[in-house]
Amino acid sequence: MTERSHGFEFDWWLLTIVMAICLVGLLEIYSSTHGSALHGMQWKQLTWIGIGIGGMLVLSRIDYNAILDQSPLLYLVGLAALLLVLAVGHTRFGARRWIVVGGVVLQVSELAKLIIIIVLARYFSEVRTERLTLADLAKIGLLIGVPAGLILLQPDLGTALVLVPVAIIGAFLAGINWRHAVAVLALGALVAVVGWNGHFLKPYQKQRLATFVHPEESPRGAGYQILQSEIAVGSGGFWGKGFGKGSQNQLGFVPVRYSDFILAALAEEQGFFGVLICMLLYLALLLRLVDNAQKAKDRAGMYLVMGVAAILAFHVVVNAGMVIGYMPVTGIPLPFMSYGGSVTIFGFLALGLVMNVRTKRFVN
Amino acid sequence: MANWIGGDQKLPQGRLILVSYGIVLGIILLLLGFWKLQIVQSGHYSDLAEKNRVRSIPIIAPRGKILDRNGRVIVDNYPSFSILLLRDDPAQIQKDLPQITAGLNITPEDLKQQLEEAKIEPKFQPIIVKPEATDADLAFVESHRVDLPELELMMVQRRKYPPNDFLAHVIGYVGEVSPQQLDQQAGDRYKPGDIVGKAGLEREYNDTLTGTDGMRRVIVNSVGKPVRTLDDTEPIPGKPIQLTIDYNLQAVAEQELAGKVGAMIALDPRTGEILAMTSQPSFDPNDFSVRIPSKEWRVLNDDPNKPMLDRAIQAQLAPGSVFKILESAAMLESGVPPPDFHVFCPGYAVFYGTVRHDWDPKGHGEVGLHKAIVHSCDVFFYNVGQRLGIDRIAYYAKAFGLGKRTGIDLPGEEPGLVPSSEWVERVYHHKWYPGSTISVAIGQGATEVTPIQLLRTVSGIAMGGVFYQPHLLKDFSPVKVMRFPLSENTVQQVTDGMYGVVNEGGTGIFAYNILKQAKLQDVEFCGKTGTAQTISAKGLLRLSAAERHHFGYNTWFVGFAPKRNPEIAVAVLVQDTALEAGGAAAPLAARFIKAYYEQKQGQPIQELEAAKPAPKVRAATTQVPKAVPQGQ
Repeated sequence: MTERSHGFEFDWWLLTIVMAICLVGLLEIYSSTHGSALHGMQWKQLTWIGIGIGGMLVLSRIDYNAILDQSPLLYLVGLAALLLVLAVGHTRFGARRWIVVGGVVLQVSELAKLIIIIVLARYFSEVRTERLTLADLAKIGLLIGVPAGLILLQPDLGTALVLVPVAIIGAFLAGINWRHAVAVLALGALVAVVGWNGHFLKPYQKQRLATFVHPEESPRGAGYQILQSEIAVGSGGFWGKGFGKGSQNQLGFVPVRYSDFILAALAEEQGFFGVLICMLLYLALLLRLVDNAQKAKDRAGMYLVMGVAAILAFHVVVNAGMVIGYMPVTGIPLPFMSYGGSVTIFGFLALGLVMNVRTKRFVN
Repeated sequence: MANWIGGDQKLPQGRLILVSYGIVLGIILLLLGFWKLQIVQSGHYSDLAEKNRVRSIPIIAPRGKILDRNGRVIVDNYPSFSILLLRDDPAQIQKDLPQITAGLNITPEDLKQQLEEAKIEPKFQPIIVKPEATDADLAFVESHRVDLPELELMMVQRRKYPPNDFLAHVIGYVGEVSPQQLDQQAGDRYKPGDIVGKAGLEREYNDTLTGTDGMRRVIVNSVGKPVRTLDDTEPIPGKPIQLTIDYNLQAVAEQELAGKVGAMIALDPRTGEILAMTSQPSFDPNDFSVRIPSKEWRVLNDDPNKPMLDRAIQAQLAPGSVFKILESAAMLESGVPPPDFHVFCPGYAVFYGTVRHDWDPKGHGEVGLHKAIVHSCDVFFYNVGQRLGIDRIAYYAKAFGLGKRTGIDLPGEEPGLVPSSEWVERVYHHKWYPGSTISVAIGQGATEVTPIQLLRTVSGIAMGGVFYQPHLLKDFSPVKVMRFPLSENTVQQVTDGMYGVVNEGGTGIFAYNILKQAKLQDVEFCGKTGTAQTISAKGLLRLSAAERHHFGYNTWFVGFAPKRNPEIAVAVLVQDTALEAGGAAAPLAARFIKAYYEQKQGQPIQELEAAKPAPKVRAATTQVPKAVPQGQ
């Protein structure tokens, strides 16, 4: 197997788009925090981006076939890490999601996301039938069900749900009997109802989901965040209030304005115009990913790329939807824009997989 | 290494394109969502952001001070804090209600009612939940800035009234603007919770005393902490008013009347300026400067002595024998009966088949006008009244200012009543009974006067028929002057008679003794006593001894000094006292005149020097009154 020089096969467009998104994120993080005790966060974020790019370069040079080869092992390592975090994890904000590795606090579920993309890509690429069988669906359900369940125990409902679109997109691309699709959706609905009425959700999770429907009923409770976010977005108007001049943002009305609600901060200060630019960047990112998938050398590569696309798209839709009150507050950040070490590194590692697939496309 | 790349490598290109369509659709939907918030509803959210950010706190303008005629401060202000409840968020208030009421020590019912009443007001209008915050209240608000952001402090200037009910009826009091006042106001001068004058001068000169509130707009952060001040609109303080009241003389008047039921007024007949004015019993306006609890209000209102009634301008009573001054002037002016009219007074007289008693059953013997005034001979004035007739009496009474308001600059003045044949026909639809004239002639019957009226009338007659509008504001303008010029002879004879009342052993001899003791007998204090029954003699006889206890006399003394061109006039009304007028009212007037001249001569006022804290209890002076006397 001969390989061509990597450098020229890099997806420079994809990287440019992502760097543009990162830049917007850094500027808004600076704007949101420079006047507060959190000032200087943009430099920390820049560090995460640097680490992420490094990880991306490393991952893009490892043959993805070799990675897929190791997927059972990776899966077990992932489960072990999730169990470890439940056992000895670091608790913040009432949830046990973090482990400390060499002084750095890492969110284990981000690793799980990456592993699920790889594991499902291998599973789907092994399917040789026109349509997925019920047995396939059950296996897929089990593959994501176990880690999702462990993540739910942390508890982290949002990240647990992030795993689902990987399976959905994969199933759609692999081909699925529509009756099965309906059955799976019905099962999902059943799980949701049981989950709601049983004792699987923490009270705060229930409340967040409930107030998402009626935020005005408890403006200072859970719905407060949504309402303040909507006020920030709405008051931005078309051109925004200007960089560093959003009152909702600067006076702290927008919750976690540098991270989960960074889009609200951007919408307030840069207006609809800024949101439009931002959304077009994400659109370009996602379409570029689909383009990469289309040009993949094989199915496995396509599934890898589309798994990444599915997770990033889910993040964008849920996060942007949350900011304007169309989605519940589930703690899902906006990739490459929101402040956060684990999620940023995950994003770049996922891009590393994509680059890997692209580099291989002319091989053979 | 297994070959995962092997096998069928055909990619589902069609489905991938479908996925990209889905992505485009998703992004478009999100953008539509942003469009809706940022373009369609932008105004709404901008308002909400502004409300989040900016909090407006009123800066209350201090009310103008009230000064006496020499610039001495009578009513001042003191700084205090009120606790505001911001009503932007009703649901939150409902939730926090128990915590707020417990923390501020108010009843949930009161707060709920306040919220209910405020419902019609715009939401941004905060309500005052605690008008005068204690240190504990302030600490509570400060320590709950984060979890009870709807509470806010406002510095206010509260009214500080003088102690011991000083000048209470004249000053009046302030209170929160009533819903009625809000409805009736022109424009939007007042908003709920504003403090306005409710009674007395506070009400009369509210527009002058009220300043214009300022406004502080501050930027607050998400935990309600003010970050910086946006702008200040400075309040414009209310203007002070200077009164004609003399602080010291007012103190003397109040000291004299303390413990009694009645009124005392002193004015300068040359200008109409009121130097002292009091009504007793009184109330403490400080009780009203903060929201008065309804219970205390009821106690004040239900008190049988009516402490809220300003007797000086609102008590409408029979003038008693003071009326004889008017009648004397009317007799001399009209020549009916002629000036040398004489009667023999055996202690009674018979008119229209009814026996009319003189107050002195021994009689006064041969009586002319001078002696009749000095000794207040009823029989003489029965005869004068009979000859004048009711309509001539009414004509002069009205000409001298009775039966209509004096126009004093206080709200709530009563007009009094001057009966006439026209009045009886209009109100009672029958002819005037001539016998009634005999009662009117000595100040009984249907005639009703207020102390301020009687004072202006009597002092105006002494001034030769020039009646100045009594007023309390130093710069009062224009002072209306009512003129009914009297002949020199009339003024001479009437004032001679009144001089005699005090100085020639008349019914005002008690006053003379007081002035003589102070070596002030040369001030030419003139006056006239009066005693009016609060019930007719026949009515009184029908009552049991216990019931009689409730009825007594209204005793009057109206006087002035000196005899010609008087500079000071004083009226005293003491209600429900068994003492005869000369004993009950005249000494009070004399001691006031004494204080007036002591101050004028630069001496210390003895009455104030000797003052001990007067007990604020009603003197138990009511005894079963004698049935017979009809005035003196």
